[in-house]
Amino acid sequence: MKSVTNIIKKEVKELLTPAALVPIILMAAIFGSLGNIIGGAGDEAARPPVIGVIDQDGSALSTAAFQTLNKSAIVVYNGSSVSEGLTVLDEREGVALIMIPSDFSERITNNQTGELQVIWIMKGAGIMDSLSSTSVDLILQLACSSVSKVLIDQHSSVNSSVILNPAVKSETTIFRGKEMAGISPGAIAGFLSQQAFVVPLIVLMVIIMAGSMVISSMGTEKENKTLETLLTLPVRRSSIVFGKLAGSAIVGLILAIIYMVGLGYYTTSITAGGPIDLSRYGLTLDALDYVLVGISLFLGLLSALALCMLLGIFAKNYKSAQTLTMPITLLAMIPMFAVMMLDFNTMPLVGQVLLFAIPFTHPMMAIRSLMFDDYTLVVGGIVYEAAFAFVTMAIAVWAFRKDILLTGRLRKGGERPLNPIWRALFKMNRMRPR
Amino acid sequence: MQKKVGVSDLIAIEVRDLVKSYGSFCAIKGISFEVNKGEIFGLIGPNGAGKTTTLRVLATLLQITSGQVKVFGHDLEREADDIRKIISYLPEDAGAYKNLTGRNYLEFIAAFFGNGRRVEEIVRKGVEIADLAERINDKVETYSKGMTRRLLVARALMIEPKLAILDELTSGLDVLNSQEIRKLAKKTSSEGTTILLSSHNMLEVELLCDRIALMNNGKIVEIGTPEELKKKYDCENIEEVFVKVVA
Repeated sequence: MKSVTNIIKKEVKELLTPAALVPIILMAAIFGSLGNIIGGAGDEAARPPVIGVIDQDGSALSTAAFQTLNKSAIVVYNGSSVSEGLTVLDEREGVALIMIPSDFSERITNNQTGELQVIWIMKGAGIMDSLSSTSVDLILQLACSSVSKVLIDQHSSVNSSVILNPAVKSETTIFRGKEMAGISPGAIAGFLSQQAFVVPLIVLMVIIMAGSMVISSMGTEKENKTLETLLTLPVRRSSIVFGKLAGSAIVGLILAIIYMVGLGYYTTSITAGGPIDLSRYGLTLDALDYVLVGISLFLGLLSALALCMLLGIFAKNYKSAQTLTMPITLLAMIPMFAVMMLDFNTMPLVGQVLLFAIPFTHPMMAIRSLMFDDYTLVVGGIVYEAAFAFVTMAIAVWAFRKDILLTGRLRKGGERPLNPIWRALFKMNRMRPR
Repeated sequence: MQKKVGVSDLIAIEVRDLVKSYGSFCAIKGISFEVNKGEIFGLIGPNGAGKTTTLRVLATLLQITSGQVKVFGHDLEREADDIRKIISYLPEDAGAYKNLTGRNYLEFIAAFFGNGRRVEEIVRKGVEIADLAERINDKVETYSKGMTRRLLVARALMIEPKLAILDELTSGLDVLNSQEIRKLAKKTSSEGTTILLSSHNMLEVELLCDRIALMNNGKIVEIGTPEELKKKYDCENIEEVFVKVVA
C-alpha cells in the first residue's frame, strides 16, 4: 500500500504542474464568461418581446389579434404611421412592427386567408440575436388562434381551413439599414451562422498551424542548440527574428491563399446557390472586400507569429514548445466562440473592447462586417492588427538581444526578481540557467 | 622599417575580472585570463564550474555582469557584431538542421561569411574536414552522433576563424573519432587559429592544450601549461593536479 501511495504522490506531483493547470483554469474562465454573455442573451429572449402594432382594420377579428399581441408582448407603439412606429421601436429596442391591414377581416370572411405584415428590426446577426424573433413568431401564432376562436364563437360560415389558419405572415427585415423583403431574421441568421461557424474555425486552424510552426521551430532550435550557433554568426539579431517570421509568414500566407480560394467557393455557393439568394440584398463581397479580408487575415497571422515568437523564447525543447501553443489557441478560441454565437455590434462595450483587443478577432469578423458594408470596423481592425504585429515584433527583437533567450533572466546582473508572469512561464517550462 | 610588435598584438583574448550572475546566483566570480594568438587554451573543471558560461560570454551569447572582455582587441560589450565576424562557436551536444543534407548545412553557414566563389571554397574545406564521403549529401537526420559532431566541427573550422570556441570538443564521441577530431584541432591551431576549449576530460586537455585554466565554483583556481602545473603540484597528470588544487 505504501508503494502505491508513493507512486500516486509522484504521479500527481508530476502531472499537476502549472502548465497543466493554467490552461484549464483559463479555459474554465473563458467558458464561464461566454456562458454569462449567452445566458444574458437567453434571459433577454425569455422576456416578452417589445413590438409595435398598427391596426388598420379595426374589426372584431383584428381587435382579438391585437389583444393577444398586447397580452403576450410589450406593445410600445399602437398608432397608424409606419415610420413613426419604426422610430419608437428603434428607441425602445423593439424587434417587430406588426401591421393588420384594412382588409384583414374582409378577406377572412370571404374565405381568404388574411395577412399579418411584419417588419422585423434585426439587431445583430449572431445566433443569440435571432431568439427574440422566434418568440414574436410564437405570439403571432397565438394571435391567429385568438382570431380562430372568435370565428368559432361567432358560428361563422367561413371555410374550416381558413378558420384553422386565418392569417399568414408577410415579412420584411431591416438590418443595418438594408431593407430585405420576404426574408425573416431567422433565415438571415441561419445563413450567416453557417459562415459564422466555418470562417472562425478555419482562421483558428490557420493560426494554430502557423503559430505552432514558429514555437516548434524555436523549441527545436533550442533543443538542437542550433539557435546558439545561429546567434554567434555574423548576422544581426533583428535579421534572425525577421527571417524566422518571414519564413513562417510565407508558409502562413500559402495557408491563407488556400483558405481564401476555399472561402471564395464557399461564399459563392452560400450567397448564390442557396434557397435564399443573399446577393439579391447586396450581401456579397466584391474584389476590394476580398483584398481587405486577405490583409486582415495576413496581419492576424503576423500578429500570431510574432506572439508565438515571444512565447517560443520560453520553449526549452520541442515538447515544451507544444505546451506553449496553448495560450495562442485559447486566445483564438475566445473570438471564435464569440463570433459564432454573438454579433459584435450588439455585444456589451466590455465584450467589444476585449474582442477588439484580440488581433485574431478581426479576420474572423471581416467577412460578415464587409457583407454589411461596415468598413470602419474592418479597416480599424486592420490598423490595430498592424500596430499589434509591429509592437510584438519589436519586443521579440529586443528579447533576442538579451540573455533571456538562452537563460531566462531579464536583467543584466539581475539582482531584482523576475516579473511574476515571466517567472510563471519559466516555471511552466522548468527553464534553468546552465 | 619594421613595425614594433606590442604585447597586446600577441593576445587573442583578454578577460579582466569577469563576473556573470543570474539573479542572485553568481556563475562566474571575477575571473581573469589571457589567451595568446595561435594558442590552444583549455578551461577544465567539473560540471557547474562555469566553463560553458565563460565560453558563452566569449561567444557573445550572454551579456556580462561586470568586468571587461576583449577578443582580438574588440570590446565584447560594444563590438559584439565585429567579434561574431572572426569567431566560431561549437556548443556542447549541438545539432544541425535535420532536414538539410550535410552539404546544404555547410552551404547555409558559409553564406554568412562570403559570396560566390568564397562560399564554394568554404564549403569545399568543410566537406574535407567533415570527411563524410558520399554521406555528406545525405540528410543530417540520418547521421550517427559521431558523424553529426564531425559535421559540426567542420562547420566551426571551415571558415578559418581567428578564434574557435569549442565546448566539450569530443562530447559523445568514441575513442577513434575523438582522436581524429583532436588531431584536426591541433592542425587548425597550427594554421593560425586560436582555440579556446572547455572539457571535463582532463586527459584530453592535457594532450591538446598549450595552456590550461582550472575552474571550480565559478573561479579560476590555477593557470599554466600542463607541464608547469604537474611540476608545481608534483603530480603525474592534470586530474591529480586538479584534485590537489581543489582540496
